[in-house]
Amino acid sequence: MAVHCATLSVAKLFKPFRAGFVGRTLKLCGTTVTSHRNKSTLTGEHIPPPAKYGGRHTVTLIPGDGIGPELFSHVREVFRFSCVPVDFEVVQVNSALETEDDINNAITAIRRNGVALKGNIETKHTMPPSVKSRNNLLRTNLDLYANVMHCQSLPGVQTRHKNIDITIIRENTEGEYSSLEHESVSGVVESLKIITRNNSLRIAEYAFRLAREKGRRRVTAVHKANIMKLGDGLFLQCCKEVASGYPDITFDSMIVDNTTMQLVSKPQQFDVMVMPNLYGNVVSNVCAGLVGGPGLVPGANYGRDYAVFETATRNTGKSIANRNIANPTALLLASCMMLDHLKLYDYATLIRNAVLTTMNETRLHTADIGGQGTTSEVVQSIMRLIQSKGQHTAEM
Amino acid sequence: MTARGLSYVRAALRTGLGGRLQVKACAPASCRRKSSHTVRNADTTFWSRATSASRRHPSLTSLLWSPPPQNRLCSVWTHQMIPPPAQYGGRHTVTLIPGDGIGPELLNHVRELFRFCCVPVDFEVVNVDSSAASEDDINNAIMAIRRNGVALKGNLETNHNLPPSYKSRNNLLRTTLDLYANVMHCKSLPGVPSRHHDVDIVIIRENTEGEYTSLEHENVPGVVECLKIITRSKSLRIADYAFRTAREKGRRRVTAVHKANIMKLADGLFLECCREVAGGFPEIAFDSMIVDNTTMQLVSRPQQFDVMVMPNLYGNVVSNICAALVGGPGLVPGANYGRDYAVFETLHTQDLGGQGSTSEVVHFIMEAIQRTGPLTVRV
Repeated sequence: MAVHCATLSVAKLFKPFRAGFVGRTLKLCGTTVTSHRNKSTLTGEHIPPPAKYGGRHTVTLIPGDGIGPELFSHVREVFRFSCVPVDFEVVQVNSALETEDDINNAITAIRRNGVALKGNIETKHTMPPSVKSRNNLLRTNLDLYANVMHCQSLPGVQTRHKNIDITIIRENTEGEYSSLEHESVSGVVESLKIITRNNSLRIAEYAFRLAREKGRRRVTAVHKANIMKLGDGLFLQCCKEVASGYPDITFDSMIVDNTTMQLVSKPQQFDVMVMPNLYGNVVSNVCAGLVGGPGLVPGANYGRDYAVFETATRNTGKSIANRNIANPTALLLASCMMLDHLKLYDYATLIRNAVLTTMNETRLHTADIGGQGTTSEVVQSIMRLIQSKGQHTAEM
Repeated sequence: MTARGLSYVRAALRTGLGGRLQVKACAPASCRRKSSHTVRNADTTFWSRATSASRRHPSLTSLLWSPPPQNRLCSVWTHQMIPPPAQYGGRHTVTLIPGDGIGPELLNHVRELFRFCCVPVDFEVVNVDSSAASEDDINNAIMAIRRNGVALKGNLETNHNLPPSYKSRNNLLRTTLDLYANVMHCKSLPGVPSRHHDVDIVIIRENTEGEYTSLEHENVPGVVECLKIITRSKSLRIADYAFRTAREKGRRRVTAVHKANIMKLADGLFLECCREVAGGFPEIAFDSMIVDNTTMQLVSRPQQFDVMVMPNLYGNVVSNICAALVGGPGLVPGANYGRDYAVFETLHTQDLGGQGSTSEVVHFIMEAIQRTGPLTVRV
């Protein structure tokens, strides 16, 4: 096992050269090393690692800060109740420490399991600049290049805009989040925003493939190429190149300031949007605000080998922690996305339907969407709905 | 004009327009900085404009604010621009840059309205062709604004398909004239249907640095680096402007918008500068918010914001969101203030959804003025 791990970690050094291999068989030092992560190169979909322990999957769980621990205990409760064959390996990450051991442990655990469910880890501004954002470290080390967020208006939630259905695909590893800053002259700080051709092509390819799979008609690239001509110009050019290979999907582009204005006035015009990191951050928060708030929308971070699921807006929710008023919807829907990724579709639909029924029909809402329910009431209601479906469940 | 402003005008007329006003550091005590904040000559172009008189004053306030050149008077107290004295028979001359798209048509209506109300303003029209590759047009415009001091401007289009050496004309204008503060006041109008009510936000956006420096390079093919520059002096300047404006308008709260959890040095510096300046304005509450949370709050509960100050790109996004919240870009005016010049403009317009045409609206405005206002010419 140790030798297997050692050869696998050496094999990781040769990653760039293994891009074309199906099944990733590599001859190294006279032995054949086959990664147990098989990949179908045709659709780029990940076949999850085979359930190794008696048919049960192991998923890394990083509770994070704020409302994370509380909501994840509810998620585990729902999973246990529904008899979902998933075991959680909990890895605590302490955001107050300056060393990176905690987050490295978490990364190793995700490498081992392949899939993770994650809460937001707080980044304190008061710590020295050498302390990097833990969330960012996780995303870049695991190369989770695509952040996908699907914003849909829920009929049961009162919002100012109706019929919103936008998928936002955001480049997750480069752009303004490269954490490359320096102060050559005192009082003058230069922050580098990196845009590369490879990553831009990769994210554009992902966006168009996803649009095609989901039967979407239009992809909009969001940029600021009138000012950042080389940077966003390169991104836009890559999107155009990829678009030419998908003639069934319309491609257009829009400048980020106009995009945010249109989102606030007429969000129904957007279908799929693809963009670099910072604009993705802003646009995804605007869209989350349009459909009802940060407690409703799940997000997924996909890489070539790993997938990490979390809430779309990545809030720690410190001010509402441990008060039983947080909205569990986002994390529950994120865990349903995880179950879909693990090919446990039945369980995913079961839990998702229960959550959406509670939201839309029973209308049991928490305070952030204007209701009076507590978190535990909402979770109890979800579990009752799951029980009423007649599936085999544990006791409450 | 305030009494103090009038006294300045009288003093100027006494010493003659060519005389230089010797202004001591008479800004309120709370604005004075300790001399430990000596500013390094990181951006010498700004400091080189300080006159020798101001260099004798070590405080940062006087360095930030040096006596204006020849005929530009500044009110020390409010730091408002007193326009250059009307030189030709009591009439001001203002540069007009029609721009592209809707600009020319709307600015014609503005001229018609001014003519109708007998406003003593003459427009010096400078056309800038945004598709031309040379910078002569925009340089002419800049020279005209330097001459007149005030301008009214339409948006100049920046075509993405032109080569990267072609800089954005609007950006060139702002940086060359050092119009460091872009102020936009978004207020809900009762007659305009919108989803949000009682919105009253003043957005102050740093206009010259940040992501808009147009400094990009491609050292390795396929890898582009864009530089975002944040400097201490400009951050202090814009924060100072924001707090002073808040004080003048009687506002209670200033919110700094940033992304310092990711861009620790850059936005961290901006935030630190805002905090330093906030210390000198104890009656104004200061808080900060990360840009993603800000945009989400703007969309759900915009009434919580009062005055917002932020670097360039976030300002761009937030001002567009706020414009849409109050009804669209056709309703909100914007102003770019520098130390010596002021340029007024708007965002590009779109339809409000009503039935009237532009000329009908303008006609209606003119009739209203005729009914209620002073002497006008015939419609």
